[in-house]
Amino acid sequence: MGDDAPALTPVAEPIDWTYAPSRENPDLVSIDDRYGLFIDGEFFKPASKQWFTTLDPSTEEPLAEVALADAQDVDRAVGAARKAFGGWSKLSGAERAKFMFRIARLVQERSRELAVLETRDGGKPIKEARDVDLPLVAAHFFYYAGWADKLEYAFPGLAPQPIGVAGQVIPWNFPLMMLAWKVAPALAAGNTVVLKPAETTPLSALHFARICAEAGLPPGVLNIVTGAGQTGAAVVGHDDVDKVAFTGSTEVGKIIQRQLAGSGKKLTLELGGKGAHVVFEDAPVDQAVEGVINGIFFNQGHVCCAGSRLIVQEGIAEEFVAKLKLRLDTLRVGDPLDKNTDIGAINSADQLAKIEELVAVGQDEGAAMYQPSGDLPARGYFFRPTLFTGVSQSNRIAQEEIFGPVLSIMTFRTPDEAVEKANNTPFGLAAGVWTQKGSRILWMADRMRAGVVWANTYNKFDPTSPFGGYKESGFGREGGRHGLLAYMKTEG
Amino acid sequence: MARLDVKKTHKLYINGEFPRSESGRTFAAVDADGNVIARMSEGSRKDLRDAVRAARGAHEKWAGRTGYNRGQILYRIAEMLEDRGEAFSDDLRAAGASKRAAEKEVEASIDRLVWYAGWCDKFIQIYGNLNPVAGPFFNISTPESTGVVGVVAPPEPALLGLVSRLAPVLVPGNTAVVIASDRSPVVAVTFAEALATSDVPAGVVNILTGHAAELTPWLASHMDVNALDLTGAPEDLVVAAEIAAADNVKRVVRSELVDAQSPLLIAAFTETKTVWHPKGL
Amino acid sequence: MNSSVVPVSKALPTPVTAAGLKAYLGGVPTVDEVTVTERVASLGTRSIKRESKRAALELAIRMMDLTTLEGQDTPGKVSQLSSKAVRPDPSDPAIPSVAAVCVYPNMVPIAKVAVAGSGVKVASVATYFPSGQAPIDLKVAETKRVVDMGADEVDMVIDRGAFLSGRFIDVFDEIRRIKEACGSAHLKVILETGELVTFDNVRKASMLAMAAGADFIKTSTGKVSPAATIPVTLVMLESIRDFRSMTGQMVGMKPAGGIRTAKDAIRYLVVLNETLGREWMTPDMFRFGASSLLNDVLMQIRWLDTGRYQSPDYFTKD
Repeated sequence: MGDDAPALTPVAEPIDWTYAPSRENPDLVSIDDRYGLFIDGEFFKPASKQWFTTLDPSTEEPLAEVALADAQDVDRAVGAARKAFGGWSKLSGAERAKFMFRIARLVQERSRELAVLETRDGGKPIKEARDVDLPLVAAHFFYYAGWADKLEYAFPGLAPQPIGVAGQVIPWNFPLMMLAWKVAPALAAGNTVVLKPAETTPLSALHFARICAEAGLPPGVLNIVTGAGQTGAAVVGHDDVDKVAFTGSTEVGKIIQRQLAGSGKKLTLELGGKGAHVVFEDAPVDQAVEGVINGIFFNQGHVCCAGSRLIVQEGIAEEFVAKLKLRLDTLRVGDPLDKNTDIGAINSADQLAKIEELVAVGQDEGAAMYQPSGDLPARGYFFRPTLFTGVSQSNRIAQEEIFGPVLSIMTFRTPDEAVEKANNTPFGLAAGVWTQKGSRILWMADRMRAGVVWANTYNKFDPTSPFGGYKESGFGREGGRHGLLAYMKTEG
Repeated sequence: MARLDVKKTHKLYINGEFPRSESGRTFAAVDADGNVIARMSEGSRKDLRDAVRAARGAHEKWAGRTGYNRGQILYRIAEMLEDRGEAFSDDLRAAGASKRAAEKEVEASIDRLVWYAGWCDKFIQIYGNLNPVAGPFFNISTPESTGVVGVVAPPEPALLGLVSRLAPVLVPGNTAVVIASDRSPVVAVTFAEALATSDVPAGVVNILTGHAAELTPWLASHMDVNALDLTGAPEDLVVAAEIAAADNVKRVVRSELVDAQSPLLIAAFTETKTVWHPKGL
Repeated sequence: MNSSVVPVSKALPTPVTAAGLKAYLGGVPTVDEVTVTERVASLGTRSIKRESKRAALELAIRMMDLTTLEGQDTPGKVSQLSSKAVRPDPSDPAIPSVAAVCVYPNMVPIAKVAVAGSGVKVASVATYFPSGQAPIDLKVAETKRVVDMGADEVDMVIDRGAFLSGRFIDVFDEIRRIKEACGSAHLKVILETGELVTFDNVRKASMLAMAAGADFIKTSTGKVSPAATIPVTLVMLESIRDFRSMTGQMVGMKPAGGIRTAKDAIRYLVVLNETLGREWMTPDMFRFGASSLLNDVLMQIRWLDTGRYQSPDYFTKD
C-alpha cells in the first residue's frame, strides 16, 4: 500500500508459490526400437541398409533408430505411389472423403499419445502439442475430407484433375501439423503422396502411417520415407514425381527451385520469415504484450511466421518493453513434458548452435540483450527467451531468420516508417499490427507485404485459412480453398 | 517527284518515355523473307535495369488504384488498339501475315484486352475468400499483385501473344518489363505507342526491343523482379532462366498455350494475403 | 517475478477536474476481449499438483471474505457464519481462519462480537448496496455509521449510472467522499463489472476507483450476473499493475460472486501469481468474496490430506 494507507494488521507475509512439476506420462506412447520405411502400406527395411538415430532433445537420449532412405528406397516409394494413383484418383470423391474422415477421427482418438510423441521427438511443450498441434492436425483432415467430393465447386470454371504423385518434404517445427497441411489437400484432390519428414522428428509421421493403415487407406496412397537432405533431394528430384511441396528454410527452397528448373513440375514453397509485429501507441497494451510474447516464444520461436521483429511506436516503447520483460520473467523454460512448461527444448544441437551464434552476433552489434534469470535443465538443448533492444535495421538479428526464442526490438515514429521497416526484408510471410483504430488496421493490412497479417492477434492457424508467403518466403498457399489449388491440374 | 516518306525511329519504351538504348546499338527487324523493314533499338542490360527501376517505382501506385480504374485503363488500351487497327495490321503483314490473318489477330487482341479489363474489379471476388475459422475471428483472404513481373513475349502470334501475356499481369496491379520478341519487334513498338496514349501510367509497362537471349538472363536474375512469364521464351533459355529465378524465389509461369485466356493467369501473378482480426467487445 | 516497475505514462493530475479526469481515462489503454480470453484459457491449463495445491487452498481460505448478503439474514445466521469464519473446520484446528466476514450494516455488531479476538475482520457493504441509487449524503452517512458500528472494512458500490453516462467526476467525488468517511477502515470499491459490460469500461472504472482512493477494487455485488469472472479479474489486475507503476501504490483486488469451487480459486491464484506476482499473494492484497467456496476448499484439503474423496455431509453448513 501507499505510505499514507495504513496496512491491515497483522500484515500477512506473501507466500512464494511455485508449481510442483506436473509431468505428462512419457509412456503414453510406445516407441519402437526401430522404424522402417512405410511404402505400399507396409514397413520395410531400407535398401540402403542404413539407419539413423532420433533423439529426445530435452534429454539428448536416443529414442529410436530410423531407416535412412536412399535413392533406391525413394524410387520404390514413388513407384508405389504411382501404382496407387490410378485407383485413388478414380475413386469417387465421396469415398476418398470417407477415408480421410476416418483418419481424422483416429487422430483425434489417439491425440494424447501423438502429442506425447511429438513432444518427446521434437522438444515442444506438451501443452502446445496437446492444445495446438494435434487439434489442428485432426481439423485439417476433417476440413479437406469434406472437399474431396466437392472439388468442382472449389474454383469456378476449373475442371479439377489431380496432378499425380506428390513429393513432399516437411520441417521439424510442427512435424505432424506440417504433414497434415500437405497430405490432407493432396489426398482430397486425388493425388498420391511420398512424404519425407525431417530427420530430427520422423516419429510422428511413422505413427501416422500406422493410423492410415488402420483406417484402411489403400496401399501406396501415402508413403513415408525417412532420412536427411539427400533423401529429400531424391524425393523432389525423382522423375516420376509430378508435384513438389516443400516447407523449410529459404536456402533449401532455392536449391529445390533450381533443381526443378525446366522440369515442368508444379512447385509450392513455404519458406522462412522475419515477421514484423507493429505496435501503435493506441494498442490494447497488455494484450499486445501477450500477442508479441506468443508471436515469438510459441514453439521456442521455431516458427516460420514468428513475429521476430517488434516495431513499436516511440511514445510507448519504454513502457511496452518494460511490460515485455515482466512477462518474459513469467515464462517457464524446461522439461517439455511438464504441462506447465511454456518454452521447451530447442529441436537439435545444430539449431541451438545457430541460435547461440546469432545471439552472439546481436551482442557484438551492440544491441542490448535481456534474458530472465533462472536455471536451465542441466541436460538437453535449451535457450532462454531473449529480447534485444536498440536494434537497427542493418543488424543481422533484424534481417536473418533466427528460428529461436529471440526478439529484436526497434521503434518507429510514423505509420509510413512502420510500414517501411516492416517490409524492409527479403521475406514476406507474416506480419502483425496492434492498434485500436479500424481504418488504420486496414491501411496497414493493405501495405504490409506478407501472406498473413494478424491484426490485434498473432500466430493463429485454421484449416480454412490460407497460409503462405510473399517474396522469399515462398509461393503457393496451404489451407483453405486456396490450398487445393496446389494439388489440382489447372489450365491457363 | 514523289514525296519522300518520313520513316519512324523505333525506340524502347521505359517509364512512359521512348529512349534509344543507352548502348546506342540497333538491330534490323526483318520480314518473313529476310528483308529489312526497320531498324530497332537494341536494349541492353542497363536498359533492362532502368526498366525494372521504372516498373518498381510505378508499382505501389498502380496496385493502389481501384480495380474499376485499372479496368478503365485496360479498356482504354483496347480503344487505342481499335483506333490504330490498321497500323497493327500493317505491322503484322509486314512481318509476313496475310491481310485476313492480321486483321483477325488485331481483333482478337482487342477483344482479349476487353475481356481482361472486365476482370480488374472481379478477380478478387473469385479468388478472395471469407474464411470460416473456428474461433472469434474475422478472416479474409485477398489476392494482391506480386510486384514487378518480367515477361518474355512470344514471337508468334506477335500481337495477340504479347497482349495475352501482358494483360493478366496488369489486371491485379503488377507492373511489367517486357522483352519483345526479336522476330517481330515492330508491332511491340507500335503497341508501346498505343500504351503511351492510353492513360497507362508511366512505368507500368516497359517494353524493350532487343534479343531475348541477351536480356532474359538479366531479367531472370534481377533481384527486384518478383515473377517471370517465360511462356514466350525460347526453349534453350528456360532452364537457365528458371535456375536464376530461384535467387529470389521468383514465381515462374509457363503456360501450355501462348495465347491462353484464363483468370488463373491473373491469379498466377498474385499473392494471397490473409488478414485475421478478433471479434469482441 | 521481476519487481521492476513499468513506466506507465502519467498519473492523474491534481487538482482533479471533470475535464482532467476525462482526459486521464481517455488515455487508459483499451482491452482486446479475445486476447484476454485466450490468455485466461492458457493460464487455465496450468496444472497445479500436490504441495502447491495444498498451499494454494490454504491461502485461499486466508484470503476469503466469507459473505452473507441476504434479505433473510438474521443475527443467528451471521453468528454461525462468523464462527465458521474463525474456525472453518472444527475437526482440524490447523486450518486457518478466513480474512473477514462480509455482511449488511445491520449485522456488523453481531459479526463484530462473533469474531472478537480472532483476527478475522468485519466488512460491511455500504452506499446503498447493491444499487447505489441514493443521494451522496445518505451514502456518506451510512458509511460513517458502519464504521462507527465497528466495520474494519467497507465495501461500497460505484454509481454505474453516472459512470455509463460519462459523469466520471461524480463517480470519482463519491468514492473520495466515502473514503474520507471510512477513516481508518479499508475501502473496497465494487465496480459491478456485470453492469459495465465491456472490458474497456472495467479498465477505466478500475483506474478511476484507484485514483479516487480505493484500497481494493472489487468486481461485483453478487447480485448481478455475470459476477466475478477470471477474464474480468485479469483486466483489473492489469489495471492495478499500471496504477502501481504510475503512483507506487499497491491496490488490492477482490473478485466476488460466482466463485464456488476450489478449482476456481486456484485458477484465480494462478492468474494473480502470474500477473502481479508474489507481493500480491497475501490476504492483505487479495480477497475472494464467496459463501459456498469455503466448504469446497475444505473438502479438497481433506482429500489431499487423507487420500479419500469427501462427502459434503462431513462439512458444516452455516
